[in-house]
Amino acid sequence: MTNVHSISSPSILNEDRAHEADHPTSPVATFGMDQPLRLDCGIDLAPFQIAYQTYGELNADRSNAILICHALTLDQHVANLHPLTGKAGWWEIMVGPGRPLDTDRYFIICSNVIGGCMGSTGPASTDPATGKAWGLDFPVITIPDMVRAQAMLLDRLGIETLFCVIGGSMGGMQVLQWTAAYPERVFSALPVACSTRHSAQNIAFHELGRQAVMADPDWHHGRYFERSTHPHRGLAVARMAGHITYLSDAALHRKFGRRMQDRELPTFSFDADFQVESYLRYQGSSFVERFDANSYLYLTRAMDYFDIAADHSGVLAQAFLGIKTRFCVVSFTSDWLFPTSESRALVHALNASSARVSFAEIETDRGHDAFLLDVPEFFDISRAFLESAGKARGLSNGAGG
Amino acid sequence: MAVQEPALPLGGVAPDRTGKYRTDHLMVAEMIPAGSKVLDVGCGDGELLQLLESRGIDGRGIELSREGVNRCVAKGLAVVQGDADTDLVNYPDDAFDYVILSQTLQATRQPKPVLENLLRIGRRAIVSFPNFGFWKMRLQLLVGGHMPRTENLPATWYDTPNIHFCTIKDFVQLCDEINVKMERAVALDLYGRPVPLNLPWWVWNMFGEQGVFLLSRGGAGK
Repeated sequence: MTNVHSISSPSILNEDRAHEADHPTSPVATFGMDQPLRLDCGIDLAPFQIAYQTYGELNADRSNAILICHALTLDQHVANLHPLTGKAGWWEIMVGPGRPLDTDRYFIICSNVIGGCMGSTGPASTDPATGKAWGLDFPVITIPDMVRAQAMLLDRLGIETLFCVIGGSMGGMQVLQWTAAYPERVFSALPVACSTRHSAQNIAFHELGRQAVMADPDWHHGRYFERSTHPHRGLAVARMAGHITYLSDAALHRKFGRRMQDRELPTFSFDADFQVESYLRYQGSSFVERFDANSYLYLTRAMDYFDIAADHSGVLAQAFLGIKTRFCVVSFTSDWLFPTSESRALVHALNASSARVSFAEIETDRGHDAFLLDVPEFFDISRAFLESAGKARGLSNGAGG
Repeated sequence: MAVQEPALPLGGVAPDRTGKYRTDHLMVAEMIPAGSKVLDVGCGDGELLQLLESRGIDGRGIELSREGVNRCVAKGLAVVQGDADTDLVNYPDDAFDYVILSQTLQATRQPKPVLENLLRIGRRAIVSFPNFGFWKMRLQLLVGGHMPRTENLPATWYDTPNIHFCTIKDFVQLCDEINVKMERAVALDLYGRPVPLNLPWWVWNMFGEQGVFLLSRGGAGK
């Protein structure tokens, strides 16, 4: 019998994920009816909450805060164990004492984005009006909405100006939105592996993922919580498709080639004969443990809608006119999701608006995901950029020495 | 076309004897007042930009090679990867006070439009380049019968990035042709010392190992 359903059922239950969505293990900022979040779709969201993590200490003049913006399927657990999976933080390689984002010098903040499922209000959260999960009744959110919510969080934390905003992929989009929307609040910005607008190809991949989720019979038009199901197969397929776009052909070949999984000969079935198949199924299965299917729909949509130039009469440079923020734009040679050409267009616009911008393309075969991996050249550049920005900011001695 | 002598030759630049910076870089830096906004086209690993920043000049760079850019960013310089031939057109008019093209002119595909762009983007331009009229170059071609190679230009003819060599005389002619005003000019000898200014123009062209020129828009009444 061919095992076509080899994507395993999640071992983390709906209840666990639902609990984390409403009552996260990290700190939470709650905003009542009097402080609504004005969404691009025209709705005022209230009440709502933002879950976040911080690392390091805020210095006396509150000038050493760095905001990390997370990518599509990540969360605020940057440098601590993940409450659901028990795995290490997603950017521990980058954040910590002596690391490029040095917690001895900087005060690091990362919030779960609005629409996420790790404690910020999103489709997996309980709608106070009904007592049930929001599901598709949650309003569609955008990247600017995410950034607006983060700005409210920073107001709450008493931070007027950020020393740096950094992030890759969807996080990079938020970085750009931060500089366009609140230039006076951002001293320096490090957008990585991103673009000022989501390309048609990327929207196409996202649509593939959303359709996979919605085609799963366990999806129930987004009301799966009430049925105690989760469209884990559809979501796993979405993740598998997404994951391929995060890698590169060269990286896949180096890692797996055409090698077989635990066998010498093909089985002439649809089993995972190849290592690469088995790897993708594992990626899919482990993703559904920690992520909410509806949240995936909302966040991919937010990325699709992103287009900074469109908000400035189609002229990208207009978005950054007169900006004082220091930029360091980073791209990776093998990233085909957000290719260097898109970073270059951004850099041209920043140059045209006379912003102080650096741009480095880093040679690697590891694809889009390179910003999450051990790429020393990327660490060196991030460290050097922050150090020179720190000098300009008068941070040279750091907060903690 | 008559080659006109530069109106205001550079004088009084004391060469750096500490050896920390190249003399041509020091010479360029001397031409730029503090507080200026400067674009260094083909900035290499950022040596000149660092010197400029240390003197309170707001510097930016463009560099073709990825390694060069990464080294610059690692030094905290604002440098982007790009190609002088194709990218300068994207820069708006008057974006900079000074645009520098240091030892890069000979590697551009289109020196003339590049020069025109320099003076569109910047109010002034500073251009330095190896002088192919230098006596050693002439000698190698004349006596040796082969394409000249020097310490500063060690590549062989088939693998050099330098495709548009010119002499000081050629350059002066080009400036004249595109109506560029030479505000200051200096030739440096083999040891990086300025060639004495009271010597006639042809001596510069013969004994200058490289030329450094401060240019501005608009020549004689055109």
